[in-house]
Amino acid sequence: MSSILVQVIVGGLLLGAVYALFSSGLTLVWGMMNIVNFAHGDFVMLGMYVAFVVWTLFGAGPWLGAPLAALALATLGVVVYFGLIRDIMKGPMLAQILGTFGLALLLRYSVFWWFGANFLSLPGNIVGGTFDILGLRIEASRLLAGVVALLVTLGLHLLLTRTSLGSKMLAVAEDSTAAQLMGIRPDTMQAIAWAIAAGATGLAGALIATFFYIVPTVGETLGIVAFVTVSLGGFGSVPGALVAGLLIGVIESLSAYLIGAVYKDMVVYSLFLGFLWFRPQGLMGKT
Amino acid sequence: MRRLLWPSVVLALFVAYPLLFSTPFQQRLGALVLLYAIAASAWNIVGGYAGQVSVGHVVFFGCGAYAAMGAYAHFGLSPLVGIPAGIVVSVAISAVIGVPTLRLSGHYFSMATIAVAELVRLIVTNTDYLGAAVGLSGPTVPRNVFDLSFISALPYYYLFLSLLLVTLGITWWMANSRMGFYLRAIRDSERAARSLGAPASRTKLYAFMLSAGLTSVAGALYAMMFGFVDPESGLGILISVKILIMAALGGAGLLFGPLVGAAILVPLEEISNNLLGGQGAGLTFVLYGAIIVLIARFQPGGVLTLINRIRAKRRKAPETAVAAGATHAP
Repeated sequence: MSSILVQVIVGGLLLGAVYALFSSGLTLVWGMMNIVNFAHGDFVMLGMYVAFVVWTLFGAGPWLGAPLAALALATLGVVVYFGLIRDIMKGPMLAQILGTFGLALLLRYSVFWWFGANFLSLPGNIVGGTFDILGLRIEASRLLAGVVALLVTLGLHLLLTRTSLGSKMLAVAEDSTAAQLMGIRPDTMQAIAWAIAAGATGLAGALIATFFYIVPTVGETLGIVAFVTVSLGGFGSVPGALVAGLLIGVIESLSAYLIGAVYKDMVVYSLFLGFLWFRPQGLMGKT
Repeated sequence: MRRLLWPSVVLALFVAYPLLFSTPFQQRLGALVLLYAIAASAWNIVGGYAGQVSVGHVVFFGCGAYAAMGAYAHFGLSPLVGIPAGIVVSVAISAVIGVPTLRLSGHYFSMATIAVAELVRLIVTNTDYLGAAVGLSGPTVPRNVFDLSFISALPYYYLFLSLLLVTLGITWWMANSRMGFYLRAIRDSERAARSLGAPASRTKLYAFMLSAGLTSVAGALYAMMFGFVDPESGLGILISVKILIMAALGGAGLLFGPLVGAAILVPLEEISNNLLGGQGAGLTFVLYGAIIVLIARFQPGGVLTLINRIRAKRRKAPETAVAAGATHAP
């Protein structure tokens, strides 16, 4: 393998880790409440704008921007849960899809109205320049984003599987009435799930903002990436999202390098449709 | 006869509208309301009656628009010739998407249709034959009446009105046929419908194909009125969203729901764009988003359901008074 190809794959893995992080947010809510958040990509977009605002106001990099984005989005997640999701969850399918779709438009165009449609970006050296590791040239911003995203995704998995909070959340996902009889409040657990999911998504947005273009409609593309990742990894599975996210990052980078950057989204969307067609339960999902 | 009273009054008002409100802006506004009502009524067949929320209807809209403009741009034919071609392509695409995705439950169908719409938009944007990012234009100077290129919105208004009547007629006929009953049963509970022998997959697919064909006609008409189509105006996801919101706001699964939704939202959008100028585009969609969230949260049945409920309550009130007085009821 040529060294360029290795470089492309490493770049894909680092980007894929960020995909995995924000897709974990989508899969968590989906698996727990069987509700699809069509505004998920716009949560990522909001995280990016928080990072941008933090940089413009304080001149601070993701060291400050990422925690603030996580905090802001976690708050938004709780507000959205109590203001919208809790009520539409019991409603018909149309109301569920419309509700989160309306939220997506509301968020996307509020940002559009405030910041305009211009492509923004953070300065390329916000994290540090580019350096060589084992003969590969890697941008510090991508390395930081990839590594942090990987660690947080693993942390999410541990939180769900190894802590009592995680067990309570899984109990609610399994059977919320039975959980309630055991003294667990489904409402609280679901609100916490929304806070964690949205917070992780905001964090991912702030990380990806260090090297990605920032525009109000970016959530459309990233939202589809999250759908692809979740459908590939299986609904409700954080490890599935991790594997699928890394895989999609690599596939995207390889197709951009081998076929052309214009076609990378087409490859990912086709992959998604192919999966829905042949294996709707995903790579690691249960049938 | 009483059942036909209100529809006839409304129809008479629609026929008279461009004569009563005769400025170009008002006539154009009327034509746009009817155009979106056609598209939203077509969406209603699969989204409302069958309960399968498609977010990719812009694909069919775009097929119609590109077929109409392509007939002129590539073959020098009247855009009208493109309409049947657009219908054929739309129905074929809907079958290709529908067969795999209609097996899946609601959310997957919505996601798959979004992905298809974005995929088609990306492909068209990179296809030179379809004008790539620039798009295709229709006749700038009409050669004859069949080019359907008018300066005034009046001919479009009556053309759209007659096609809306056809669309509503087809919807009404479908809703009252065996297929309509199947669809409503599937929407309420697919498992129960299947267990009673309703052919769920096939019926949903037919509804999707019918809806796709009608949507492509709306797309063709849109392109003819504006004289061009590009990836943003013919295949942008926001068109899907507008169509869907109009149907849901008025009342999804109700015959006149989409018309009511279009009659509320199209004037709102045109007026807010006029008042706010370039900045308006963003604010209009903020408003759109807020409206959808509010409908989903408080009135998932739409405006017509709300009106019907209020009317039923008012009708019920005197009846119960009579019933209370009638002690000698059998």
